[in-house]
Amino acid sequence: MSENKTNNAPRAAVGRLKARKSNSIERRGFFSWLAVGWLGFAAATGGFFTVIIRFLFPNVLFEPPQTFKIGYPEEFSPNSVDIRFKKEFNAWIVRDDESIFALSTVCTHLGCTPNWLATDNKFKCPCHGSGFRMSGIHFEGPAPRPLERFKIGISNDGQILVDKTKSYKWEKGEWENKDSFLKV
Amino acid sequence: MDNKNDNKSLLEKMGESQVWKSIIRSGVPRTRRQRMHAILGSVFLHLHPARLPKHAVKVGYTWCMGGLSFFLFVNLTITGILLMFYYRPTVEYAFTDIIDLAEQVPLGIMRELHRWAAHSMVLIVWLHMVRVFMTGSYKPPREFNWGVGVILMTLTMLLSFTGYLLPWDQLAIWAVTVGSNMARATPFLGNEGPGAALLAIGDINLVHIGSDVRFALLGGRFVGEATLLRFYVLHCIAIPFVAMIFMAVHFWRIRKDGGISGPL
Repeated sequence: MSENKTNNAPRAAVGRLKARKSNSIERRGFFSWLAVGWLGFAAATGGFFTVIIRFLFPNVLFEPPQTFKIGYPEEFSPNSVDIRFKKEFNAWIVRDDESIFALSTVCTHLGCTPNWLATDNKFKCPCHGSGFRMSGIHFEGPAPRPLERFKIGISNDGQILVDKTKSYKWEKGEWENKDSFLKV
Repeated sequence: MDNKNDNKSLLEKMGESQVWKSIIRSGVPRTRRQRMHAILGSVFLHLHPARLPKHAVKVGYTWCMGGLSFFLFVNLTITGILLMFYYRPTVEYAFTDIIDLAEQVPLGIMRELHRWAAHSMVLIVWLHMVRVFMTGSYKPPREFNWGVGVILMTLTMLLSFTGYLLPWDQLAIWAVTVGSNMARATPFLGNEGPGAALLAIGDINLVHIGSDVRFALLGGRFVGEATLLRFYVLHCIAIPFVAMIFMAVHFWRIRKDGGISGPL
């Protein structure tokens, strides 16, 4: 009895092994499935993070438009700084002897907003004291370069059109560009 | 029979009760081994070492700076959750809600507690770094935990920076304007950074003010409504969540690297 038992047991085990082998996958096949699995996982993870990054960039901005009309050229008196468009559009409209141009209100030091001091005839930044002439040229304080000018032109109805998507830097000689000022 | 039962102390009787055993998992510990198991078997105590080395209680060596940092983090979490019941992160309400927190809300000191705890935490995290550096506790096998600590310090700075905007006063808006302008100079990812001009197709810049890393951080071209909401979510949910994960790793590694810092 006991002999029979010991003889039967291994045979049963072998039978079970055989049965499992016919069902099991090959070593090579296992590795290729593993590769497919990992590639799929990496692709899914990559896609997941791509979606998350894209999610952080809004499609619609609840900000004032980048392009706006400010009225007719004759509404701006010579040698003056118009501060009406500062709060909403972050731009000063300056008219000197021969041209009208739109200055950015972003201080070139660290990005604060200077104030136009009419009595001192200069823009003065409250953060660190940078000063700019009416032309936008820096002359005091830590600002390293002049204020930037925005693209300016006349629209079809004769009003001045300011386009903030394009800005002109003095240090690159871009104030010579015809779009950076309006001849009057 | 009854007499035998009465000889047991109240504590012993409690230790044999079903309620006690369901919570503490072991009975009243009597041997050192049982005491160790009582510590290891509880989620609330398992971070605490079963046995303390003598030098660990020397305040002169550790300054207790790590413990104080964690204490302040817990403090800030509790006061922060309470502040969230009254504060609305919108341009219309943010500033007045901060005023109301001081003047109308019961115990008007809650916001001050949060503010002073935040200032203290920044200071104490730095002092913790100083202590770890001075005692050479960043050396092997603790170099990985030093790295985790540097990340935690950065997260503390980011918590401080994002919380700075929430009062929505002039100081907050301009400080964050100046601070976030640094992101403009990020290599390749910021519109004024080195290499950003290279990422262009013909005349069209791919990295401009409406598509760079600063834009993603602010949710717009300047610090506005979207920025306030973004910083609020980062301050209250996202950064604390990440910080808690790194804290768990940090505390776990302290134990695994040979317990609280001391001469190895």
